[in-house]
Amino acid sequence: MTTTANAESTAETTNRSGLRVDRGSLRSLILYPVILLAILGLLILWLLTADLTNTERVTLAPGELWTMTKQHLWLTLVATVIVLVVAIPLGVLLTRKPFRPFKGFISGVANFGQAAPAVGLIVLFATWIGYGPTAAIAALVVYAVLPVLANTMAGLDAVDKSLIEAGRGMGMSAWAVLWRIELPLAVPLMLAGVRTALVLVVGTATLGTFINAGGLGLLITTGVNLDLSRVLITGSILVALLALTVDWVGRVVEHIARPRGL
Amino acid sequence: MSSQASAEGQQNGQGAGQEVTGVPILLDGVTKQYGSKSAPAVDHLTLEIPAGSTVMFVGPSGCGKTTTMKMINRLIEPTEGSIVIDGEDVTTMNGDELRRRMGYVIQAGGLFPHMTVAANIGMVPKMLGWDKQRIASRVDELLELVSLDPGQYRDRYPKQLSGGQQQRVGVARALAADPPVLLMDEPFGAVDPITRQRLQEEMISIQQELKKTIVIVTHDIDEAVKLGDWVVVFDEGAHIQQYDSPERILSDPANDFVADFVGRGAGLKTLGLARVHEVPRMEAVVVTPEQTPAEALRQAEESGHGHVLVLDKQQRPIAWPSVEQLRRAEKLPHIHEENLPVVGTGATLEDALDTMLVSRAGAALVVGARGRFEGVVDLDTVMETLRDRRAGENQPKAPVGTNDEDITLERSPETGEITIVPSGGGAR
Ligand SMILES: Nc1ncnc2c1ncn2[C@@H]1O[C@H](COP(=O)(O)OP(=O)(O)OP(=O)(O)O)[C@@H](O)[C@H]1O
Ligand SMILES: [Mg+2]
Repeated sequence: MTTTANAESTAETTNRSGLRVDRGSLRSLILYPVILLAILGLLILWLLTADLTNTERVTLAPGELWTMTKQHLWLTLVATVIVLVVAIPLGVLLTRKPFRPFKGFISGVANFGQAAPAVGLIVLFATWIGYGPTAAIAALVVYAVLPVLANTMAGLDAVDKSLIEAGRGMGMSAWAVLWRIELPLAVPLMLAGVRTALVLVVGTATLGTFINAGGLGLLITTGVNLDLSRVLITGSILVALLALTVDWVGRVVEHIARPRGL
Repeated sequence: MSSQASAEGQQNGQGAGQEVTGVPILLDGVTKQYGSKSAPAVDHLTLEIPAGSTVMFVGPSGCGKTTTMKMINRLIEPTEGSIVIDGEDVTTMNGDELRRRMGYVIQAGGLFPHMTVAANIGMVPKMLGWDKQRIASRVDELLELVSLDPGQYRDRYPKQLSGGQQQRVGVARALAADPPVLLMDEPFGAVDPITRQRLQEEMISIQQELKKTIVIVTHDIDEAVKLGDWVVVFDEGAHIQQYDSPERILSDPANDFVADFVGRGAGLKTLGLARVHEVPRMEAVVVTPEQTPAEALRQAEESGHGHVLVLDKQQRPIAWPSVEQLRRAEKLPHIHEENLPVVGTGATLEDALDTMLVSRAGAALVVGARGRFEGVVDLDTVMETLRDRRAGENQPKAPVGTNDEDITLERSPETGEITIVPSGGGAR
């Protein structure tokens, strides 16, 4: 269903209380996890039928894989939560009038965080904080702040100024305008930023293995070091699947949380 | 000009009626200077806005109309001077609370796209702590007021409405908590001319019912004279060039600036302001279809009229034959003639003139409710009415408006009337 330019006819094709659902994107949202499951199935099938060596069998034991996946997700989640707690309020603050002058500077810093090589960041934090998950999380946070911060600011800046004026003009406080108008209208862009950050973090968390932070990266380093190509391939595919799954969850959330009427 | 409404203005539902629900507004020596170097956007403006009247701000772009309006609800804080609403100086009170007591309408409605029509309209009542039931019934009441069917529109989102409908919802939203004051910044600027005309007419009838104090900013002098009880023409720095009734702005511009602004030949526009019911009517020679042409002729000759009007039993005009036609006629017409030069009492003089010019009699028949004949108007009486209006006879004194710094305002304790007392210069 394409968007109709004519407001009247748009109204005609919708049900009374809501707006029309974009069927195309809904279908792809349902298809997406099916494909991911199929790939996972193929991977499992391949591992079951393959003639694995003893070392490979130990490294790829289901319990081991599950533990690594959980570690990986934990790194991702903690880092992302911290990113949200830091970047969203910061983005809100930097779009408020008195703090606008700092916007360029802070964006520059965040840009630097993302432009620096991820491995470098992780090692840097490890030598500073010490080896382990804490350093990995700190590095991931620095790495992923930018998309959330940038999209929060972009989303808030994109809100039509006349709506803010209408809100203030009817007696809403600056807070009320932020909560009830600006943030809801910025939600789609902000969520897109969060999804980008999540995918970045899932991928980058693979590097955590270099500083003993755990995660699926261990499979890849083991595969490379011991020249076990099947371990290497399994690790790579699992990380990719995890990133794609996270991306899918993000899209579903975006679909649900998108304010009606937009 | 007493104000019955309290400052809260929330006793809605106490009946429509003609009672004034608006409150007077006074800008007292108000200045707004945006930068320290620039010339003031609004320069020592003193302006009285009477309760229950519609005041239009017009003037060239950048003259300070919006700035002046936004200082009334303090979206912009005045650099100097004070704003007095219903006798209360609101210059230092909490701005958000002040704004909840005033309706505010901006171009294109400014509706929140993520909220339904009902949520948009219910916003201020919700902030004021009304219960759900009361908000819901108020929303429906307002949608009806602005000619939108509540059942069909209350749950829609703004993008499911046409521009004109959005603007109507914008007006409904501004009226939600029944504020005594309504501020509108180019409210009809973003809709097509036909929709604009309809919205303007609706605004007139809403105002006739509600009698709020309304300030409207516009670029359009035609809109200003059509909607306004009073029109302020501003120049750069919100310098008042003229503050007067629409008739006098059009027919008696105070200076070249105003004359240029309203356009040459604007005097003719007063035709569009005056209504037929203001014109004195003349009698006609009236007959019934049952009478003979000879009888009709005799009546016409007795009274020296050139035409005879045939009316049916309900007093509706059937035909309006001339004396010459009567001489040739065998009997009087029974069937309602089409294309009679008929105008309603609510028609504008412009419409009446149009009708007269195509009429053989050079005059028009005035009909009232249900098409009943009420009298005849002709070119002479219309022109006379126009001349009177141009002279500004029978018109109340214009409210106070000046940019003079050396004045003090005096308020009569009995009538509440505000007058200017020059203080500087020694003249008393
Ligand atoms: N926020 C601001 N900062 C600085 N100058 C401003 C600001 N807002 C308005 N001005 C200036 O003040 C003057 C009056 O502006 P205002 O918006 O009141 O004009 P206006 O009469 O409403 O014009 P228009 O018909 O174009 O809407 C203009 O010269 C404008 O440039
Ligand atoms: Mg303006």
